[in-house]
Amino acid sequence: MQKVLSAAILSAITLTSVSAYSAQCTNETWNRVMERGKVVVGVKADYKPWGYRNESGELVGMEIDMAKDVAATMGVELELVPVQSSNRMQFLEQGKIDMMIATMSDRKDRREIVGIVQPNYYTSGTNVMAPKALALKEWTDLSGKPVCGKQGAFYNKIVEERYDADIVAFTGNAEAKQALRDKKCIAWVYDDSSIMADLASGNWDDFEMPMQTEDDNPWGLAVPKDELNCVFGKFMSGMQYNWHQSGALIELEKKWGIQATSYLEKQNQRFGDWLAE
Amino acid sequence: MIELIQEFFRQLAADYPRWNFIFFYEERQFDKVAEGLWVTVQLSVFCIFFSVLVGVVGAWMQGSPSRLLRMIVQGYIQFFRNTPPLVQLLFFYFALGQFTPTHSPDGWLEVPIISNVGWAVISLSLFAGAFNVEIFRAGIEAVPESTREASDSLGFTRLQTYGYIVLPLALRICLPSLNNNLVNLVKTTTQAFAIAVPEMLYQSVTIWNDYPSAQNPMMLVLFVVYILLVGVVVMSMNRWERAMKIPGYGT
Repeated sequence: MQKVLSAAILSAITLTSVSAYSAQCTNETWNRVMERGKVVVGVKADYKPWGYRNESGELVGMEIDMAKDVAATMGVELELVPVQSSNRMQFLEQGKIDMMIATMSDRKDRREIVGIVQPNYYTSGTNVMAPKALALKEWTDLSGKPVCGKQGAFYNKIVEERYDADIVAFTGNAEAKQALRDKKCIAWVYDDSSIMADLASGNWDDFEMPMQTEDDNPWGLAVPKDELNCVFGKFMSGMQYNWHQSGALIELEKKWGIQATSYLEKQNQRFGDWLAE
Repeated sequence: MIELIQEFFRQLAADYPRWNFIFFYEERQFDKVAEGLWVTVQLSVFCIFFSVLVGVVGAWMQGSPSRLLRMIVQGYIQFFRNTPPLVQLLFFYFALGQFTPTHSPDGWLEVPIISNVGWAVISLSLFAGAFNVEIFRAGIEAVPESTREASDSLGFTRLQTYGYIVLPLALRICLPSLNNNLVNLVKTTTQAFAIAVPEMLYQSVTIWNDYPSAQNPMMLVLFVVYILLVGVVVMSMNRWERAMKIPGYGT
C-alpha cells in the first residue's frame, strides 16, 4: 500500500514538474521558425537610418542589418515586415512577426506585453527639432505651445506632463514632420538620434536640436513573452552580447552614419574579452 | 463610493494585467476620455447639421433649370462620393490648409484660421453631404409630378414649391436612408484621428500607447461609446420619423 502511494506521489510530482516545465518552454515560435526555415522580423520602415526604404523600395538600415545577422546565425531565411510604433507589440503578440527589432524603448509596462531581451542594443533620449528662428533653449519654452509628436512614443506623455506642452500626435513621422514644416507646431519631439540623422540629411537646414537630451532610455528588441527565458530569448541575448563584444554595433553605427553614442562604447568595454589584445 | 470603484479597478488591473481600466482611477486619463467624448459629440453634431444642409441645398440645386448649377452639383457629388474620406481629410488639412490665411502669435508659428477640427468638420460634412444630396433627390423624385404641378398652378415659385410642398414630403420618404447615412457619418468621425483631431479614437490610442495594459479596456470603451452615440442618433431619428408621419402617406 505504502509502495503504491509513494509511487503515486512520485509520479504526480514528476508529472507536475514536467508539465510545469513544458508550460514554461514550448519554444513554439522558435520551432516554427526552424521548421519553415524562415524568420519574420518586424522592423521600422520610416525611421532613417535604423529602418527605412531606400530608393528602390527595399527595407534597409542598421536594424535590418542586425536582423540579417540574426537570420544568418540561425541559418534560416529572413522576411522583413514593416511595423509602426503603435502596432509593433500587437504584431508580435498575435504572431504576425516572430520577433522585432523596431527602435523600441525598453519600458517596464512594455515588458509585461512582450519579451524584451537583455542586454539592450542601443539607447537614445528625448529631444526636439525646432526652427532656429525661434531660438528655443529650455524645455520649459514649450509650455502651452503646440508640439508635434508621433502616436506611440512614450515621451509624449512625459513632455506633456512635465513641461505642459500641447502635444499634437500624428499617426506617422511623415505627417508630424510635415506639420512642423507647415508651421503648425513649434517643435517636433522625438528620439535625439533620429533627429540628429534628419539634421545631418541636409533637408532640415533651418532647424536645430536645441534642448538638453532627456530621459535617456535603452532600446530593446523583443521576442514573444513566453519565450523570453527559453531558446529564442536566450539566443537573442547571446546575439546582443556578441554584437557588443565584437564591436559590430559600433561598426554598424559608422556604416549608417549615425553619431557615435557613448553607450555602445561603454558596453563594448564592459563586455570586452579580457584576453584579447 | 467613488473610492470604492477606483479601488476595484486598481485591484482588477493588478490581478489582470491586460484589463487596466486606468481612466477609472487616474484623473488625467479620465479627463482624456471625457475630452475625447466631448470632441466626438461636437464633431458629430456639427457634421450632421452641415451635411444635412448641404443635402437640402444640393438637392434643390439639382432640380434647377440652370445647366451649370446642375453640373456643379454633379461634379461635387462625383468627387466626394467616389473618393475615400480619409484621403479627403489628409488632402484638406495638409494641402488646402497651406492656402488659408494664418496668424502668428510668436513670429514663427502660423496658426491657420481653420484648425484641424475645422477641417474635419468641413471635410466630413462635404463627404456625407454628397450622399445626402442623392438621398434627398430620391425623396424628391418620389413626390408625384401632379403635386408639383398643383402647387405651380396655385402660383408658388420654384423655391416656395420646394420649401413648402416638395421638401416636407420628400423628407418623410428619405428619412430611413438619411438615418443610415448619418449613422455612418458619426462612425466616420473617427478618421479625423489621422489629422490629430483629439476625438475619442485619438484619445483612446494615446492612452493605450502610454499604458499598453489599457488597450483592451479602451477598445471596449470605444465600442460602448459608439453604440451609445449611434443609438442616440437612431432613436431621435426614429422619433422624428414617427412625429412627422402623415396617416396614409407613403405606406
